[in-house]
Amino acid sequence: MDVRAQLASVFHLDKCIGCHTCSLACNNLWTSREGTEYMWWNNVETKPGTGYPTLWEDQGKYRGGWELRGNSLVPRTGRRLGILSNMFFNPALPTMDDYYEPWTYDYEHLFTAPPGDTPPTARPVSKITGHYLDVEAGPNWDDDLSGSPIYAKNDVNLASLTPAEQEAMFRIEQMVFFYIPRICNHCLNPACLAVCPSGAIYKRGEDGIVLVNQEKCRGWRFCVSGCPYKKTYYNWKTGKAEKCILCYPRLETGQAPACFHTCVGRIRYTGLLLYDAERIEAMAKAPDTELVEAQRRLILDPADPEVAAAARRSGMSDEWLAAAGSSPVYRFVKEWGLALPLHPEFRTLPMLFYVPPLLPVAASNKTGSYDLTESGFFGNTGNTRAPLRYLSALFSGGNTGIVTDALARLWAVRSYAQARSAGNISESQAGDLLKKSGLTAETAGQIAALTSLPRFNDRFVIPPYRREVDIQETVNPQKHQGQTGFGFSRTPGRGL
Amino acid sequence: MIDLVLYGILPYLTVAVAVVGLIWRYVTNQFSYSSVSSQFLENRQLFWGSVPWHYGIILILAGHLIGVFFPRSIMAFNGVPVRLYILEGTALALGLLVLAGMVFLLLRRGTNARVRVVTTPMDIVLLVLLLLQVVFGIGIAIFYRWGTSWYVQTAAPYFWSVVTLSPKVSYMSSLPLLVQLHAVNAFILVGLFPFTRLVHMLSIPLAYLWRPYQVVMWHRRQQRGL
Repeated sequence: MDVRAQLASVFHLDKCIGCHTCSLACNNLWTSREGTEYMWWNNVETKPGTGYPTLWEDQGKYRGGWELRGNSLVPRTGRRLGILSNMFFNPALPTMDDYYEPWTYDYEHLFTAPPGDTPPTARPVSKITGHYLDVEAGPNWDDDLSGSPIYAKNDVNLASLTPAEQEAMFRIEQMVFFYIPRICNHCLNPACLAVCPSGAIYKRGEDGIVLVNQEKCRGWRFCVSGCPYKKTYYNWKTGKAEKCILCYPRLETGQAPACFHTCVGRIRYTGLLLYDAERIEAMAKAPDTELVEAQRRLILDPADPEVAAAARRSGMSDEWLAAAGSSPVYRFVKEWGLALPLHPEFRTLPMLFYVPPLLPVAASNKTGSYDLTESGFFGNTGNTRAPLRYLSALFSGGNTGIVTDALARLWAVRSYAQARSAGNISESQAGDLLKKSGLTAETAGQIAALTSLPRFNDRFVIPPYRREVDIQETVNPQKHQGQTGFGFSRTPGRGL
Repeated sequence: MIDLVLYGILPYLTVAVAVVGLIWRYVTNQFSYSSVSSQFLENRQLFWGSVPWHYGIILILAGHLIGVFFPRSIMAFNGVPVRLYILEGTALALGLLVLAGMVFLLLRRGTNARVRVVTTPMDIVLLVLLLLQVVFGIGIAIFYRWGTSWYVQTAAPYFWSVVTLSPKVSYMSSLPLLVQLHAVNAFILVGLFPFTRLVHMLSIPLAYLWRPYQVVMWHRRQQRGL
């Protein structure tokens, strides 16, 4: 057993209001530079929808992630020789048009326009070329536009639904959408890393953050197409790849990443997961529908004395073990089975988990009037607005059972909490649902508390990095105050 | 005198500039080593330029090196006329392929607004010099035939005379003007090497072929694979 720690995350989709505050916090910190204007290390997209970059989930187009060939796990991008032979032209690389051409507006014209019959307008101007631009796409072009035949109908995940189900999904009375905020998953089996010819990408052993060494990157661009989530980006100005760094300079000083910290809906949780590094490959080879279970098996219980002993052997401190013990992520993912990975079938073992949205059918008009009390409102997981098969295409590799279980538990918790606070459901009704979903009243109470009333330190359990202690033998930590976080103080230029 | 400067001094000067320049650039600014690809900004034209250019030029450079390192084998190979025709024909075809690629690349640099934004003056200088080099090479292949044979008896011994620090200038100075232009332009390209995007040639990631897929780094520990 080779126990390692991973700083993992949970996003609770029922709580996401789609406000994009996370995206802006990230953008202000990291990507408001020339060459990165188009990058959204954190983005929020509407589902059903095609996302950012357009159709990122379509691996027939971008060839990202892993595939099983016989019994071996191979990057879909290609084997090593195949990758090297495509270096002069990467056939699967998304181009700027697959994201969008960033723009600003010609505000100057508002001040300099000659007098005329109509008020002057500020035309959009490309941030790349400086030329006028007819804006045809943007990072959130289909925001809230679910039901639109132009965007949402092209969602790759709809392929698993029957035509009738698809049609039902887009009927105006039943229309459904929810938001998925996405950042780098800091995977256990990252494909971006595996296809990097320069060896510039690496996973940090201590906390599992995946980073690009800017000095070693040579701009071969395979990480961009190799990441099935399209969360590695190419800086067109410097000719280097960049990606979400999980705000490691903030983490190392005990602060939550900016997108977590600023989240208005408080949907984000972060904490440690312990896993067995020796079993990564075996677990990544599980059949599509068993991948979620395999990933759960890979995650170890920090309270298990054997695991703790193995963790100490591989150099983990007691403080980190304690942090793993109180990790909200461990509870959501392993103990409660509520949080699921996004597209586990890409086989990268993503370490960002989503609590699927409940989206109940809240009322019926069968009796001719708007009826909220239809029986089966609570606990009827077969009657969600988002079809189970759609959710399972997103979160469980097509395994509807896993999504049903999670939804049933969420439902039970909700009815339990309502029985106690609002009283519109009887205790016995709630008790039945709890029993059916396999939860005790105590667990339901804990889930409800961590879902609706968590405090800052409940949501973010960040282990102490003690980097200042590491360096103080050789360097005066005070000397490093105020230094740039990204690693160099030279203005990053293109070539020489 | 001019011959001595061009073939006795220039090669040493440009190689010295290249070596010192490369080390200086690597030590002071490793960040600048990149393919500085513009595929992200423009995809379609690049295919028709980059692919023929790279595959063609790699084979052509390999041919030049084989001539220098195995002159006798080349002579023996060319001893049968059919083989000589095939070799010459292949070389000329590759030359034309590379020329087409280079023309596409230059057109793309000039016409695409996004690509123009990331084009430096040095990119243009380099592209023009490379285009000239290709044109000279094709000219030689057409006007001074059987170059695969006479090359190994002139340029190859000249190369080794330079390597052994006793440059035999007469090997080159007696060759036709077109060949001399090809040689001098090559020296200039060597000298410019560290100051252009050509440095990406030194980043050919052969180590990728045998490194493990996953790379895990520990704070203040040796690197190790997964």
